[in-house]
Amino acid sequence: MSCKLISKVPNGPLSQKWTSHKDSLRLVSPNNKRKLEIIVVGTGLGGSSAAASLGELGYNVKVFCINDSPRRAHSIAAQGGINAAKNYANDNDSVYRLFYDTIKGGDFRSREANVYRLAELSNVVIDQCVAQGVPFARDYGGMLHSRSFGGTQVSRTFYARAQTGQQLLLGAYGALNRQIAKGNVKVYTRREMMDLVVINGEARGILVRNLVSGRIERYGAHAVVIATGGYSNVFFHSTNAMHSNGSAIWQCYKKGAFFANPSFTQIHPTCIPVHAKHASKLTLMSESLRNDGRIWTPKKKEDVERLRLNTLQPSQILETDRDYFLEEQYPAFGNLVPRDVATRACKRQCDAGYGVNKIGKAVFLDFSDALLRLGRDEIEDRYGNLFQMYQKITTVNPINQPMMIYPAPHYTMGGLWVDYNLMTTIPGLYAIGEANFSDHGANRLGASALMQGLVDGYFILPYTIGDYLADKIKVPFTDVNHPVFDETEVTIKDRISSLFSDNRSNSADFFHQALGRIMWKKVGMDRSDAGLRFALRKIEELKSAFLEGIYVSGSRYDLNYELEKALRVSDFIEIAQLMAFDALNRKESCGSHFRREMQTKEGECLRDDISFMYVSAWEFNGIDNPPILHKEILEYDYINIIERNYIL
Amino acid sequence: MDFNIKVWRQSSPKAIGRFETYFLSVISPDISFVEMMDNLNKQLSDYKQDVIAFDHDCREGICGACSLYINGYAHGPDSEVTTCQLYMRMFRDGSTITVEPWRSRGFPIIKDLVVDRQAFDKILQAGGFVSVDTGGAPDANTIPIAKIDADKSLDASSCIGCGACVAACKNGSAMLFIAARTSALSFLPQGSIERAARAKAMVKKMDELGFGTCCNTGACALVCPKKISIEHIARLNRDFLLFT
Repeated sequence: MSCKLISKVPNGPLSQKWTSHKDSLRLVSPNNKRKLEIIVVGTGLGGSSAAASLGELGYNVKVFCINDSPRRAHSIAAQGGINAAKNYANDNDSVYRLFYDTIKGGDFRSREANVYRLAELSNVVIDQCVAQGVPFARDYGGMLHSRSFGGTQVSRTFYARAQTGQQLLLGAYGALNRQIAKGNVKVYTRREMMDLVVINGEARGILVRNLVSGRIERYGAHAVVIATGGYSNVFFHSTNAMHSNGSAIWQCYKKGAFFANPSFTQIHPTCIPVHAKHASKLTLMSESLRNDGRIWTPKKKEDVERLRLNTLQPSQILETDRDYFLEEQYPAFGNLVPRDVATRACKRQCDAGYGVNKIGKAVFLDFSDALLRLGRDEIEDRYGNLFQMYQKITTVNPINQPMMIYPAPHYTMGGLWVDYNLMTTIPGLYAIGEANFSDHGANRLGASALMQGLVDGYFILPYTIGDYLADKIKVPFTDVNHPVFDETEVTIKDRISSLFSDNRSNSADFFHQALGRIMWKKVGMDRSDAGLRFALRKIEELKSAFLEGIYVSGSRYDLNYELEKALRVSDFIEIAQLMAFDALNRKESCGSHFRREMQTKEGECLRDDISFMYVSAWEFNGIDNPPILHKEILEYDYINIIERNYIL
Repeated sequence: MDFNIKVWRQSSPKAIGRFETYFLSVISPDISFVEMMDNLNKQLSDYKQDVIAFDHDCREGICGACSLYINGYAHGPDSEVTTCQLYMRMFRDGSTITVEPWRSRGFPIIKDLVVDRQAFDKILQAGGFVSVDTGGAPDANTIPIAKIDADKSLDASSCIGCGACVAACKNGSAMLFIAARTSALSFLPQGSIERAARAKAMVKKMDELGFGTCCNTGACALVCPKKISIEHIARLNRDFLLFT
């Protein structure tokens, strides 16, 4: 392990680590909490739950969001569910199994102690949410109902139709509203973080752009929490919301926080394919559909041809002429293999010429068997709003015809490097939820993002941040007139000015689309040495083209969507560079990261545990120099490292 | 497809607004209304004009950011959709489409089609939650909840806070929005403890913020993208009376 990377994983048996660590964390007394300020950036599940919980404890909290209300954060769009090791289904689930499934799902590239803690705390999250009035699905006896998700053989996913993220966020947002009303939390909406302020090596504040007035505003604190989600929009087309971006974590990286595993990005198997030329984003169809939907393509090429010409309906294809390829290839898990495995299988099927839509880039997700087995009412009760969403977009009702689905960028496992306390390499700077790297390794299992966001925000950060702040009770509030604030503001203003010039002509979207094409082709589902080198050259060219060609209309002192996009796209271009750099460095296949040179004869990932069983944490080394690699070696004391296998 | 897009332009909250009409050509029927707006903005940007400001984010009908009043309807002519899930195939080729912001005293205009909906947050801050702190919650299965109650709670809790109900209401009332939250909580044992005080506090805050009163025309429920039923308003009224 690099001298700069101290993971602070406590000693002792795995199941006792968090308990004993909590006992060793220092406390801040209630009257001292009042003297301390904390900034939380982002109001998704992580940010809202953290801000609310810290407010309850008595800290002075300032929370920032990019939209007009905290409730609009993209956690709201999470559909399928949240995992917990409750074992309510009596199917022999346990904390250990949830931990093991998550580690294995991540292809043995996550930190053992963090993942165990995640599984351990998953149960109290469900309790907390129920207490807040989250209307989880219930069975007829009034008990919580659960279903299965990919990569597991138990039923541990709790849900509220396909609106689980929305309902959990309404719970956290309710808790946040309560603290806002009490005056413990102050909320700043329509603000975007522009930079982090580091004074004497410690995070002491942020600068934001007020998206309505265009003014740069200064805010100080004793600690800063980043909860701004992931950077999947680097691919242009993704399932992320339009405003989701990587700029906050990128500015932290440039201020010295290490960026871990940037190349680990999840491509979700079941999304609605690009449906029109000017489509702006891709819509996810929840993984929960794979509980009852079967994925298939025709076995015969002539059937594929006729489907594409629309002279054959899917229902006319005989059962014996259908290739249920996930059930065939992975009998033990069937359609519920993890996302990376399903994604690659769908891609192999389409690459071999069995794609079923006009451009050969889709497979069927079929509910006809489930309809026969369960009846239309039950299926509509389970998936009604997903079916409605699908029908509005495609005009096809999945009750009558199978869905057509194709993989799309969805989630980023990579993010800011954090220690066991969720602190980055900058003292006082924390990262939680999707913004950090810690729990999902090289591939995240379904329904684990909501779990992580809430575990981090409700039950980990409020404990660990106290340990840091215990030293700060005599430190006065940050002076926002400190010279570092002045310097940072000048840098931001210069950066904004450089984007305005009447002599240029290309919009931010133009560059974003170009970047997306490079990333999807070369740094997407399938990566290779030559492809990644090509991508790095192309990104470098795009970077110069952006500086010379970006045109932003309107004024900087106004609500200016074009300016917001230009700033985000310029960061995405740099993030893309680090992603490709990391992918090139990692000469193995693991989880979502598939290097063509490293595959088994069945086309599965071939890990290289001897050379690459580490977290790659990158340190910014100036804009013109390559970043510096630090390795956190992963040590597994409690589990056997195996070849990941979903066949048996 | 070709369209004339007649859009409300207003540079700032106090400025005098006006309609501008733009011609937009070669639009696929399979793109959404907000993607059409993207195209229009690209055209404006190409001519170096200020683009039209409008709220949007998730583009899958769940965040509640998009908020356009289209041809006289909140979220346009389709039913049970937000603006981002409204597709151009719903419109006649060659027609003129009128696009306005939400119009209501409770939602002042910020710019063009963007309105300030902070009042909704303030109403929820007045009581739209269960008063529990983090930690110490009993096991989730301690209190059974009948499936029908959990389902009804979720029906109400599907509200995305877009504000279409207020925009469609001739009185600019936020009663459906409030009722969606109070019902979502009142159906559950955890939320029913505070039901009376919650109803009182939220309605009081609504009145303070300049929203109108409800006269049960049902326009709100008709335009609601999430099918929130007006019956929740009756339930809210009952909760409100419980308090007094």
